[in-house]
Amino acid sequence: MEMINLTIDHKPVVVRQGTTILKAASSIGIDIPTLCYMKLDDMNIENKPGGCRVCVVEVKGRRNLAPACCTEATEGMEINTHSIRAINARRTVVELILSDHPADCLICAKSGNCDLQNMANHLGIRKIHYQGEQSSYREDTSPAIIREINKCIMCRRCETMCNDVQTVGVLSAVNRGFQAVVAPAFEMNLDHSVCTYCGQCVAVCPTGALTEADETGAVIRALSDPTKTVIVQTAPAVRAALGEEFGMPAGTLVTGKMVAALRRLGFDYVFDTDFAADLTILEEGTELLSRLSAFMEGDPNVKLPILTSCCPAWVKFFEHHFPELKDIPSTARSPQQMFGSIAKTYFADKIGVKRENLVVVSIMPCLAKKYESSRPEFSVNGNPDVDFALSTRELAHLINLGNVDFNSLPNDEFDQPLGESTGAAVIFGTTGGVIEAAVRTAYEVFTGKPLPRVDFEELRGMDGLRKATIDFNGTPINIGIAHGLGNARKLLEDIQAGNSEFHAIEIMSCPGGCIGGGGQPYHHGDAEILKKRQRAIYSEDKNKTIRKSHENPYITKLYEEFLGAPMSEKAHHLLHTKYFDRS
Amino acid sequence: MPGIKLSEKTIGLIREVCSDFGNQGSELINVLHQVQSKLGYLPAEVQEVIAKELNISIAKVYGVVTFYSFFTMIPMGEHPISICMGTACYVRGSEQVLAEFKRQLSIEVGQSTADNKFSLNCLRCVGACGLAPVVMVGDKVYGRVSPQMVKGIISEYKEGCASEAKSA
Repeated sequence: MEMINLTIDHKPVVVRQGTTILKAASSIGIDIPTLCYMKLDDMNIENKPGGCRVCVVEVKGRRNLAPACCTEATEGMEINTHSIRAINARRTVVELILSDHPADCLICAKSGNCDLQNMANHLGIRKIHYQGEQSSYREDTSPAIIREINKCIMCRRCETMCNDVQTVGVLSAVNRGFQAVVAPAFEMNLDHSVCTYCGQCVAVCPTGALTEADETGAVIRALSDPTKTVIVQTAPAVRAALGEEFGMPAGTLVTGKMVAALRRLGFDYVFDTDFAADLTILEEGTELLSRLSAFMEGDPNVKLPILTSCCPAWVKFFEHHFPELKDIPSTARSPQQMFGSIAKTYFADKIGVKRENLVVVSIMPCLAKKYESSRPEFSVNGNPDVDFALSTRELAHLINLGNVDFNSLPNDEFDQPLGESTGAAVIFGTTGGVIEAAVRTAYEVFTGKPLPRVDFEELRGMDGLRKATIDFNGTPINIGIAHGLGNARKLLEDIQAGNSEFHAIEIMSCPGGCIGGGGQPYHHGDAEILKKRQRAIYSEDKNKTIRKSHENPYITKLYEEFLGAPMSEKAHHLLHTKYFDRS
Repeated sequence: MPGIKLSEKTIGLIREVCSDFGNQGSELINVLHQVQSKLGYLPAEVQEVIAKELNISIAKVYGVVTFYSFFTMIPMGEHPISICMGTACYVRGSEQVLAEFKRQLSIEVGQSTADNKFSLNCLRCVGACGLAPVVMVGDKVYGRVSPQMVKGIISEYKEGCASEAKSA
């Protein structure tokens, strides 16, 4: 590999050929500001359209300024990143962007988390010297994502996520010049598109152009209604990220504080989606084993691989793009929906509250969960199993509104009976976790022997596509894992072509799994944050006394008292679902 | 958007064009060009077929269609009128020429007359800046057009009217 010598701000630096000026500078501690640029290391995710021109630098001998994010360093280059010309250009660029940006920072949903706001502050912009036309594009409200396109700065990060990473293809730049916007085909609203609501566009949007549909107001109303019993469930990935909203380092586990905060907010019962994750394993695991056994006995009608079905964005993805495969995923509902269904039957009966008076709130790392809870098949006589699905970020707002000093809270315990969970449930929050949890149970049920080890390192990691073969006491079981819908698409195309070698596949829509969900605290392009959350999830698993779903005593009790057995008729009715052709 | 149902024949025609270009997504612009020249316009349903055939997202197709002023999603009139809004034409008064066309035809840019005889559009530079301001009607180019000439140009295309306008 040829090496390149150059100087940046009079400092010599040697880099590999092909390195951008931006990276060369950062290798010697020079932090050139960027706005449209985004890179998630190790995940193959990069957005560098060179569109915003905030990163321009002066290159000796070059007539115009060079965008550092997409200009390669060349031999002998002399670069000045903070010449008066570069600084003026940078400020002008940001002023021009601001001249067509609603100046409503004080009440913007993104205030404090906005890359544009931070950039204006970083550059010390105190006056906008330009006045001109203002964009006035209509707002688009979907069940999960709000598009406020007047705040769009055409950085194209959302397009990179939607098209290159997720291969969903909903968003594209349309029209031209001042009229240019990022929009779905024919400028329809998102709810008329094939959007999966994965929320990765929201996760990377630098401004308030893309945000979640905020349901905190509705939850506050429910909490203050004396006729309602309000219960809450928290998804596994939330506890590994919520602390970031309160200034804690990434990867801090805040399970106990989160429970304490929810109790202070006035929820009547604080439960755990992890309980339902254990339940999912029993249902999905049983389904996996019954399909597997039939397959091994040579039943020609049985279809393998079985695909996980916990991720609502993934479900919507295959309903749109691979409807012919819709009988391959497990019919098990997601943990969120299993929880809602059990809460409004089993638990409502237990405490003697009518379904209509029981409000189920879920705290999710996800925006697609908002959409999932609104799917008509998950309601009874118009009453949804899950009434409101808040994101991790919305929970943080709620905690602030409740005047709760999060950092000083004690560690509380979940309520019973829907609060008990195992380590297997916790790891649902990361890529590879659901299938590892399934393996822990399926192995013991299939072989009738205790697991020689609980940790399956071969299923873990951050690579977008992974595979492993687990020895089920002499029977090799091939497992595939994909996170990011673009990676999932590759596995699905193999299945379509009849080339799939797998017995079971786990698919999560978001890079990293739920820890990288569209409803999590903003990572601002720092992939390290996702890895830290992943480590936190695995450490929570390690600290649990029970680490296999089928050993959860409250799950055993639920089957004894109410459901009978996994895949029983009642379980089928309450815990399974069907999929639709949305092509 | 009012839906239209494409005939099997039209769908076949679009597929043929796509396959002529090897069903390559990178040939999108050429495909759009060909299809528009055959069908006259590129309604949503046509774009959907193209997206499917080239295996690219509909949003991307729509993005390209709306980027280039040459492409149109509404049927053009029998005589499509295009007024050049390039820099040279603009500074020499093409905006006033456009205003006169709008007045004479009682339509806005992007619309067609009720009898579908004329449609009105703007374009960016036909490469005849020396003749600015330039107007095109179909394939015919009119140079140094003034608002006073507009009525005459239109009447050239109305049945039974004698040609009065000078063509370049």
